[in-house]
Order: sequence, then C-alpha cells, then structure tokens
Amino acid sequence: MLRAYAPELLTPAALPPGVKPEVTHGTTVAAMRFAEGVVVAGDRRATEGTSIAQRDIEKVFPADDFSAVAFAGAAGPGIEMIRLFQTELEHYEKVEGFPLSLEGKANKLGQMVRSNLPAAMQGLVVVPLFCGYDQRHKTGRIFRYDVTGGRWEDADYHTVGSGGRDARGTLKKRYHADMARTEAIYALVEALYDAADEDTATGGPDLVRKIFPSVATVTETGYQRVSDDEVRVAAEKVVAAQTGGGD
Amino acid sequence: MSVPIYVSPEQWTKDKADYARKGIARGRPLVVLEYTDGIVLVTENPSSHLHKLSELYDRIAFAAVGRFSEFENLRVAGVRIADIRGYTYGREDVTGRAIANAYSQMLTQIFMEASKAYEVEVCVAEVGIEGAPNALYHIVYDGTVDDRKGFLAMGGEADDLNAELQRQYRDGMALDESIRLALKVLRRAAPAGSVTSRLEVAVLERSRPRRSFRRLSDDEVARALEGAGVPSAGVATGGPDAAGPAANGPAAGGTGGDGPGSGGSGPEGPGGGGSGPTASGGGGASGPGATGG
Repeated sequence: MLRAYAPELLTPAALPPGVKPEVTHGTTVAAMRFAEGVVVAGDRRATEGTSIAQRDIEKVFPADDFSAVAFAGAAGPGIEMIRLFQTELEHYEKVEGFPLSLEGKANKLGQMVRSNLPAAMQGLVVVPLFCGYDQRHKTGRIFRYDVTGGRWEDADYHTVGSGGRDARGTLKKRYHADMARTEAIYALVEALYDAADEDTATGGPDLVRKIFPSVATVTETGYQRVSDDEVRVAAEKVVAAQTGGGD
Repeated sequence: MSVPIYVSPEQWTKDKADYARKGIARGRPLVVLEYTDGIVLVTENPSSHLHKLSELYDRIAFAAVGRFSEFENLRVAGVRIADIRGYTYGREDVTGRAIANAYSQMLTQIFMEASKAYEVEVCVAEVGIEGAPNALYHIVYDGTVDDRKGFLAMGGEADDLNAELQRQYRDGMALDESIRLALKVLRRAAPAGSVTSRLEVAVLERSRPRRSFRRLSDDEVARALEGAGVPSAGVATGGPDAAGPAANGPAAGGTGGDGPGSGGSGPEGPGGGGSGPTASGGGGASGPGATGG
C-alpha cells in the first residue's frame, strides 16, 4: 500500500558499502503451539555491540486481532517492519471488509522481509516470527522466515535470534501434543532462561527489577497479552527448579 | 464546422446539481445519531456485503448514500488517507476533520471538472474521547461541507427526516432508544410501511479501546428494537427476499448483486446495480440535503 501511494515513507535501503552501523539488536523470541492456539514469548534485552542498550524492550506485538508477530535482529528496522505490517493488515481489513487469511498475512510478511534484504546484507538483519489462530482451520499456526523472505510453517514450535538454538533445545524436550496453556507458558519461559544462560545477548527474567519476558497467546478469542504476574509465577518456578536441582 | 452551443456557467452548474440531487433522492435515507456512549449509524440495506457504513480509523466512521461505485471510491480513499497519516505520524493525529476536508476537495474538483457530478452524500463521524465532543461532518455532491450537532439524516427525503429528528431528538439517549428513533424516522420517510428489508447498523463506541467501530448483528438490532413493539419481521435476516410489494424492493441490479455466485463483495460491487437500493416511490422529492452553496 505504501509502496504504491507514498513510497517516500519506506525505509531507504542502502548504506555506503563497507559501513557497518552500530545498531540496537533485539535477540531471542520463541513460539509454541498449545491446545487452544499458540503462545509467543520474547526476552527483554536489546544490545548495542557488547553493551546492553535496553533492559525492557518489547519484541512481541499483536499483528491484528488474531495474530502476533515477534522479531529478532536490528531493533530499528524490526519495529518499523512490524508497524508497517500492522498498518497493512488493518488497511486490507478496512478496504475489503474482512481480514486476510492467516496464510495471506504470513505471505505478506515474507514479502516485507525480502524487501529488507539489501539492508540485511549490510548487517541490518531482521527475522520475524509470525503466529496466529487460523479461524478457517480452527488451529494455531507458526511461520518462520529467513533473511531472504523464505517462509516455512512449523508444526509445533520455533525460535529465532542469537539464543534461538539454546531455546529450541528446551522446547524440543518440553513439547508434546495438546499442551495446556500454563504448561506452554512455562516451557517458553524456561526456554528463554536457558537461552540467557548460554547467550550474552539474551536477557533472563530479572527478579530484582521485576522485568519478565513478554508473553502473549493467540486463541479462538484473539490476541491476549499474558499478565506480568502470571509470567512472574512461571519465571519463579523456573528459577526454583534450577536452584532446587543444583542443591 | 459546428459551433458549440453556449451554456452559461449558472445553467451548467445548476444542471449538474439537479442531476446529482435527483440521483441522491432516489436512494434510501441514512440516519446518524449521537447517543450517550457514542454515535450510531442506521440505514436500510438489503445487502449484507455491500456496506453503506464503514470504518475509516480508530474513532472515525464513514456513511454514504447515493451511487455505490462512487462512494466506494471515496471510502477507500478515506481509509488510505487515514492509514498513511496514522503510520507517518501517530494514531491520534488522524482526525475526522482532515478526512472531511479531503472529501470536500475531491468532490469539489469532480463537480467542477468532471462531465458528471458524483451522486453521493457522505458523513464522516468522529466519536470524541476523554471529554472531547463528537463531530459529524456532512459533505454533499458539490463538496459543500457542513458540521452537524446531534443528528443527521441524508439521502431521499432528507429534509423531512431532519425536521422530524429536530422534533424528536434529545441529548443523552441510550443506544436502544436511538436505534428505535432512527427506525421510526426512516419508516416515516418510506412509503407506507416499506421498511421491511434488512437494517444496517453500526456504532462508534466511545468506551472501546483503539478501534471503536463495530457493526451490530441482525440479532442485536432485533433486540434493540423489541421494546418498541416493532415486528421482528422488520429486521428479518432473510434480506432482500423479505421485501414485500415490488415498489419497496431494491432495484433489480442490487438484488442480483446479493446472490451467492456473483462475487459481489469486491470493492467495485456489481456493475449494473451500482446505485444501491432504489425506492421508486420517492419521485416527487427533489433537492433534499442541498445546503445552499
């Protein structure tokens, strides 16, 4: 929509060759299917080189009423991409009178990732993770991307970001069919904890400052942010399990 | 070589205005009312896909009467203006006034330059939040824009309807009550009890976070009307089939557009029936809704 009517608003892609900007990066996000839909979670750390840029950055957003999008990578272009994506979905819904299919939304995001490729080649990589509740097929679905805009669907769970590999290991052990909501939230918080354990760019739950991972569910009733209190309970349980195991 | 016939500018604009007014007067009317918790928009519309009411932005709704293909153009342009402004600046920087101005500019230009004026009247309604007042902008075919308070009727018989609303409207009505008033007024305008097709009702609810626009389902409308003893057939879900005498039915092209196989839900709608429902009874009325110049 913007490309057609107001192209000057889109991010200019090119930087001088060889220049690597020092930019804020967001790190690990993860999503997992459960019985009623999907849960998506992200840690809260943003880094700038080796220092921490922000402790409470937000990487999980509602894309519209029935889908959520999270990102890992350069925070500036990432948040901009999500803002544009939200606008595109809402615009389509208002013009046509009904929302895009979940598949359609996922493809649209793929095109946006692809258009970021020139910037990605210069170091401004943004990799989103898209998930939502498919109202036609009555199920939660997760889509992952690579920097070229390639799009794949994941049957059960997926993670992206610098701590993604470590988080995936945890989810692999925890995942089973028809997980309950609390179980899935626990698994994701634990996965982010494990990622933070291995990866300096991923922040663990901060019990001192009361900063916890951002978690949201998307089910038949729509996008819903999981309250900080509920995430705190899960995070304390994860920490307790670790200390209990160490004694 | 033929010499073009001289037509004075006065005659030329008058002809265009008459033409547009006649087109608008043929359509069914539409009523917009402020109620305690927002704004309600009510019109008759046999189609459940080709809307006359629609969302423009968080607090802003669009309502139009006249030729469908023409106001659909305006609607899409309005959504585009709103979304681009919201993306460029911020969500709260999108105002009904800006959109109403844009419509006014577009309609003025079309009226002056195109060979055919748009046969439309548009209302841009904006619900005020945090103590700000509501705004109702009424824009007519020649681009005249007008800021209304409380209520607004447009379309066929609009003068009568506005006069009736002037008598019956009061501040601080509940939603149910205002829907009943709207139907009562619409009924008055229609030839003897012909409000038998589906009602299209939407609200801008002040208390809803972010996107305040919501369509009411047929059931919700039926429930709102129950208190007034309106026969439930008045909002039968049967759609166009429920219309009784031929004079009250939608124009033939419109009915065709509702058929399942017609693919009529696209923005352009069915080619032939573009002018929407057409009551054949309203021939005598000319010039409602024209607000001078």
